[in-house]
Amino acid sequence: MSGQIAVQCEGVIKDFGSGSVKQRVLHGIDWQVPIGATTFLVGPSGCGKTTLISIIAGLLTPTAGSVRILDQDITKMRRSRVVKFRANRLGFIFQQFNLLPSLTAVENAAVSLVVQGSTLAAAKRQASVLLDRLGMEHNKFKYPNQLSGGQQQRVAIARALVHNPQIVISDEPTASLDAETGREVMELLGQVASAKDRAVIVVTHDNRIFPFADYIATMSDGRIDSFRKNST
Amino acid sequence: MFAIALKMLFHDRAKYLGLVLGVAFSTLLINQQLGIFIGLITRAGAVIVDVPQADIWVMDSGVKNLDTIFPLRDTELGRVRGVPGVDWAVPLYKSNVTIRTGNGELEASLLIGVDDSTLIGLPPEVVMGNIDDLRRPDAVAVSVDGFRKVWRNEPLSLGNIAELNDRRAVVVAILKDSPKFTSSITFFTRYSQALQYTNNGRNQMSFIVARSAPGMTPEEVSRNIVSRTGLQAMSAKDFRYKAIMYVVQNTGIPISIGTVVALGVLVGIAVVGLMFNLFVLENLKQFAVLKAIGTSNLRLIGMVFLQAAVVGFVGFSVGLFGATMFFETAGKSPTFQGFYLPWYVAAASGAVAATIIVLAALLAMRRVLFVDPAIVFRG
Ligand SMILES: Nc1ncnc2c1ncn2[C@@H]1O[C@H](COP(=O)(O)OP(=O)(O)OP(=O)(O)O)[C@@H](O)[C@H]1O
Ligand SMILES: [Mg+2]
Repeated sequence: MSGQIAVQCEGVIKDFGSGSVKQRVLHGIDWQVPIGATTFLVGPSGCGKTTLISIIAGLLTPTAGSVRILDQDITKMRRSRVVKFRANRLGFIFQQFNLLPSLTAVENAAVSLVVQGSTLAAAKRQASVLLDRLGMEHNKFKYPNQLSGGQQQRVAIARALVHNPQIVISDEPTASLDAETGREVMELLGQVASAKDRAVIVVTHDNRIFPFADYIATMSDGRIDSFRKNST
Repeated sequence: MFAIALKMLFHDRAKYLGLVLGVAFSTLLINQQLGIFIGLITRAGAVIVDVPQADIWVMDSGVKNLDTIFPLRDTELGRVRGVPGVDWAVPLYKSNVTIRTGNGELEASLLIGVDDSTLIGLPPEVVMGNIDDLRRPDAVAVSVDGFRKVWRNEPLSLGNIAELNDRRAVVVAILKDSPKFTSSITFFTRYSQALQYTNNGRNQMSFIVARSAPGMTPEEVSRNIVSRTGLQAMSAKDFRYKAIMYVVQNTGIPISIGTVVALGVLVGIAVVGLMFNLFVLENLKQFAVLKAIGTSNLRLIGMVFLQAAVVGFVGFSVGLFGATMFFETAGKSPTFQGFYLPWYVAAASGAVAATIIVLAALLAMRRVLFVDPAIVFRG
């Protein structure tokens, strides 16, 4: 169903602070993220990438403009509905992995399902299958501090996908990993995440992983300068 | 979600242990101190408890407790017996005597003299001997703890000779009495015999103990006695309360114990509150992650309260167990004999533990409520 729109930003403005310390970080973003593709959001540090995806994820509210996700305007949703929306439709991968240190790999991967209301036992069964696909069959019962960065990020990928979200949002997923591990992780992400009814958004600096992008949006200073199909 | 909350809690063993010990310490302190307090102050009414047959106590109008006594004239006994509603009334003698122990040391002892004909006034539990033998000359009964103190290292036995105020006394029975406030040695004898030990002649009744007639309350009968005789009379229950309140109001016991209990509560609140706050603070990033991936605030608050509740429950159980062990062990020594853990003290300490936990959870809850999930994208 390529050609359909996962995320549609219209005139998104974000100001931080107020009065004399007010800083405009996003200057009216118009952007459409397609379904069934991996879209990279790239640009220099401080240009507003994280701010933009935080707004798309409903973690920040824009100062002005609208964000439609899967045809629902999340800027007009009640807070409690946004939270439910995140639980059901979104998956997250962070630079710092952000696994729960008290849970094993398989428990961590199961968390998204538990948040949706599954029991931990049922969730672990599904998470376990996914971890196998990510090459983690021997590390399922280890705790995060017993795993390498690359292994932790695989667990994080499993957590982001286990509940089968339509949109996966990932901020610098390879920035804490060495080049080789970063490539591996991106390869796995590509294998398990790409689906024709899913949009994957990856924020990155890391031009070594650009080949994994279907589309690349380039940002600078709070604006999207270009949005094109990837040719690398 | 609650399974995750528990794993989170148990993961940080040191902090979990600290939290549990904080609650346990508070609970232990409150139970132990209040248990001792109740044990101590109820001793003030021990003499009354030891005469369960009587439900009315008559005494001089100025008497405020069991230790400061003004003797009644012998004729008052007949007057009290004549008051309507009095089923029976007998004299009770109470005095302090000096006793020489087996190895020649002197100890203070309580001497109770009971009615010659009925022997009413003896504690009901006989450990050894026969109380009818008290009718023999120079015969006395002694409390179990008294025996152990006077004849150290000797097994309980009858026929021992004691010197009460330098006069011969033969032990014919050993009785179990309620622990007293001042001395653990109590001798019991007939009223007439008691007067010989103290050499005091006539008009020496410390109390008249009486029973209300069936169908009348001791309070009613007491009022009759007061109006007919001008003496002070009250139900055994009221007298016991009065004696206990005298101790509460006129000694430093409530203040010193109250201070320790208050410290226990405050330290509990401060330590547990701060440590729980620290626990939540250290796990705040995790709460933020859970929030970002779609956990509602209500759920997160539920997690925090569950964590606090588990800490409270485990800590309270440990503390209560410790307090129970204390009273189990200490209750066997004569000094703490009769001390126990009243259920209402345990319940009160439970309420304190619950308060500590709710306060700690409320304090920590704010952090979870206000943590910005957007921080998950920041380093
Ligand atoms: N909560 C905030 N309060 C104030 N200013 C903020 C806040 N968050 C971000 N900013 C500012 O907004 C600007 C954009 O930040 P953002 O994190 O979106 O950039 P970025 O493109 O993700 O950068 P990087 O590549 O370094 O992660 C920066 O100047 C930053 O200082
Ligand atoms: Mg960023």
